[in-house]
Amino acid sequence: MPKKIKLTDKGAEFLKQIEKLSGETITMCDQCGTCSGGCPFVEEMDITPSQIMRKTMLGQMDVLDSKTMWICASCFTCTVRCPRILDVSKVSEALRQTKLRQAIDNIDIKDISKEDAEELPSIAVVSAFRKFTS
Amino acid sequence: MSDAQKMVKVYVMGEAYMVPEGSTIIGAFEYAGFQLKRGVGCREGFCGACATVYREKGDYKMKGGLGCQTVVTDEMYIAQIPFVPADKPTYKMEEITPDAGTFMNLYPSVFRCVSCNTCTKACPQDIQVMDYIQAIIRGDIAEAASLSFDCIRCGLCALRCPAEIVQFNAAILAQRLYGKYIAPQSKELEARVNEIIEGKYEKELNDLVGMAKQELIDKYYSREIKIS
Amino acid sequence: MKDNIKIPYFPGCTLKTTAKNFEISAIEAGKKIGIEMVEMPKWNCCGVVSSLTSDDLMKHVAPVRNFVHAEEMSEKGTVNDSRMLILCSMCFNTMKNTNRRVKNNAEDMKSINDFMYLEKDYEGKVEVVHYFELLKEIGFDKIAEKVTKSLKDMKIAPYYGCMLLRPKEIGIDNAEAPAIIEDFITSVGAEPVNWDAKGRCCGSYHTVNNKDIVVNLAKGIIENAHRSGADAIITSCPLCAFNLDNRQKLIMEKDPNFKTMPVFYFTQLLALALGLEEKFIGLEDHYIDPKELLKNKNLI
Ligand code: SF4
Ligand code: SF4
Ligand code: SF4
Ligand code: SF4
Ligand code: FES
Repeated sequence: MPKKIKLTDKGAEFLKQIEKLSGETITMCDQCGTCSGGCPFVEEMDITPSQIMRKTMLGQMDVLDSKTMWICASCFTCTVRCPRILDVSKVSEALRQTKLRQAIDNIDIKDISKEDAEELPSIAVVSAFRKFTS
Repeated sequence: MSDAQKMVKVYVMGEAYMVPEGSTIIGAFEYAGFQLKRGVGCREGFCGACATVYREKGDYKMKGGLGCQTVVTDEMYIAQIPFVPADKPTYKMEEITPDAGTFMNLYPSVFRCVSCNTCTKACPQDIQVMDYIQAIIRGDIAEAASLSFDCIRCGLCALRCPAEIVQFNAAILAQRLYGKYIAPQSKELEARVNEIIEGKYEKELNDLVGMAKQELIDKYYSREIKIS
Repeated sequence: MKDNIKIPYFPGCTLKTTAKNFEISAIEAGKKIGIEMVEMPKWNCCGVVSSLTSDDLMKHVAPVRNFVHAEEMSEKGTVNDSRMLILCSMCFNTMKNTNRRVKNNAEDMKSINDFMYLEKDYEGKVEVVHYFELLKEIGFDKIAEKVTKSLKDMKIAPYYGCMLLRPKEIGIDNAEAPAIIEDFITSVGAEPVNWDAKGRCCGSYHTVNNKDIVVNLAKGIIENAHRSGADAIITSCPLCAFNLDNRQKLIMEKDPNFKTMPVFYFTQLLALALGLEEKFIGLEDHYIDPKELLKNKNLI
C-alpha cells in the first residue's frame, strides 16, 4: 500500500507560496539529483539543490534557514539539465525573496571594506546587492 | 480686488481647511493657523527647507514640491516634510578619488538603484535625479556633478526611493570631487588665495575693523560698483 | 546584408569603469569589420542579474527603459540596425531575459509601460544581440580575411561562463556543446583548446562577500586551462574577468605553487589580430600581465 504524505496546513501554504513565486511545479521533481550533481557550488552548500526541492515540496520551512539558497548564484547549470524541465535557480530565488521581503538581508552593504570597494567592479556590487539585500 | 476672496478646500494632515485660492502651500498652512518653525526658510524656492508631498483631487499620483512655490488646488491633500533622515559619512577630500570606487565605499546604496525614475518624478527642481545616480554608478563624476547642480537638498528624492538611496548627499560628494579633481582650476583664484595667505590684504582689513560705524556705512554706500 | 552595421550600443556600467579595455578594443575592432557602434545617448544600469520570480516586475523596468531609448534611436534614424548590441555577458543575459518576458507577456509589458508614464511606450521592436553573434553573422571567414597579424602560436581557452549559454532560450549557442568562441579563435589564427571548464561558473558576485568560493572556482578553471595546454583564457564578461584575473592574487596567496595565466577580453585579441595599435587593446589594465606572453609569441 503506498503511503500518502500529508503536509501540515502551514507547510502546504508555504509550498504553494514558493510555487507561485518561482513559477515552478516543485512537486514534479523526481529527486533524480542531476541538479546537485552538476552544481558548481554544491561543496559550499549545507544541503544540496535537490534537497531544497525536496524540503520545499514537503513544506519544510526550515529550508529557509539553509545556506544553499544564498550560495546558489543562478548559474543556470541545473536549469538546462533537469530532466523534468524544472528550474532550481528560480526556486532558490523564491526562497531568497521570501526572506528579503521580510526585510531580512543576507549582507550588510556597509561591511564591504574600503579596499574592496575601491577594487571591485560595479557589476559585482550591483548584482550582490540585488541578490542579497531587500 | 473683488470683495469675496475665492476660497478652496485643502486637507492638511487629513484635516479640512478653507484657504484663499492662489495661496502657496506654505501660505495655506499659515492661513490655517499653523506656525511653521521647521520646514520653511527662504520662501523663494532656493533653500529647499519646505519639501511637501501632496495629492490632487482625482489623481493617483503622489507629487512632491516646494511648499513656498506650489500653489494649492481644491481638495488637495498635503503633508509637510520638514526633515528627511539621511546618513552622511565623513571623508577627507584629499584622501578620495573621483571614481565609482569612492561611492562604493561611502555611498554603497547608490549601487542598489533599480532605475525606476521615481526620484526624477519627485524632484521639484526638475533634475534628472536617476540620471545622475546612474552617472555615479558608471563613474562619470563630471556628468553627475553637472546634472545635480541645481539640487537644493529638499530630500524628496530620497524619501521616495525604493532602493533607499540618499541621492542628494551623493550629489554633494560628486560636486565636491568635480570641483577638486576634475574642473579646470582657476589661476586667478589660486593667485588671489596666495595673496591672502601672504597677508597682502591684512592692512586693509585691519583698517576696516578699526573704523567707526558711520565711517563704515559711508564707505559702503560710496563704494565703486563694477557692472560687467 | 548591409555593408556597414550601424547599431545602438549598450555599454553597461563596468565597461565604463574597470573594463574600459573591453570597450575600446571592441569599438576599434568593429570599425575594421563593418560594425559601427553608436553608444546610446541615454542608458541606465541593466541591474546585472535578472529577477527570477514571477512577480517582481520592478527589476525589469531598467532593461525596458533602455529598450525605449534604443527604439527612439531607430526612429530618429541614427542607426541602420534596430537591434541592441551588448558586449558584457551579464548585461546581455539580463536584457535578453527581460525582453523575452515582456514580449511574451502583454500584461507585464503594459504594467511596465504604465509605470514609466513619462517615457514613450516600449513597442517590443528591439532584439538584443551579442558581439559574438554579430561576428558570426558577418562570417568568421570574412573576419579571417581581415586578419593582418595572425595569432598563430597562441592556444586559447574559450571561456563562456554562464551568461552566454544559459538558460537555453537566452544562450547564443548550444548550452552543453558550444562552438562559437572556438570559431572566433580559429578566425584570428589561434588554436582553441578543448577543455572542461568552458561553461563552469566563476563564482560570480560571491566575489563581494565570499571570496573563498571564487578563489576555489577560479583556481579550478585556470588549472583546467593549463592542463589543456592553453596560453590564455578569453571571456566576454567583466565579472568573470575580475574573478579569473584579479583573484589570481588571492589564489597565489593560498597556493604559492599556483601557475598564473593571463585573461583577455575576446575583443582584445580581435583588435590585436586586426593590427590595431596597442592603445586600442588596453594591455595595461590586466592584473596578470599578458605582455610577456604576447612578446614571446612575437605579437607585440
Ligand atoms: S534535476 Fe530536476 S528532477 Fe532532478 S532533482 Fe533536480 S530539480 Fe528534481
Ligand atoms: S543555478 Fe544554483 S543550484 Fe543550479 S547549478 Fe547553479 S548554483 Fe547550483
Ligand atoms: S535631487 Fe532630490 S534633494 Fe535635490 S532638489 Fe531634487 S528632489 Fe530635492
Ligand atoms: S528612486 Fe532610487 S531606485 Fe529609483 S531611479 Fe531613483 S535612485 Fe534609482
Ligand atoms: S522656503 Fe526655501 S525653498 Fe521653500
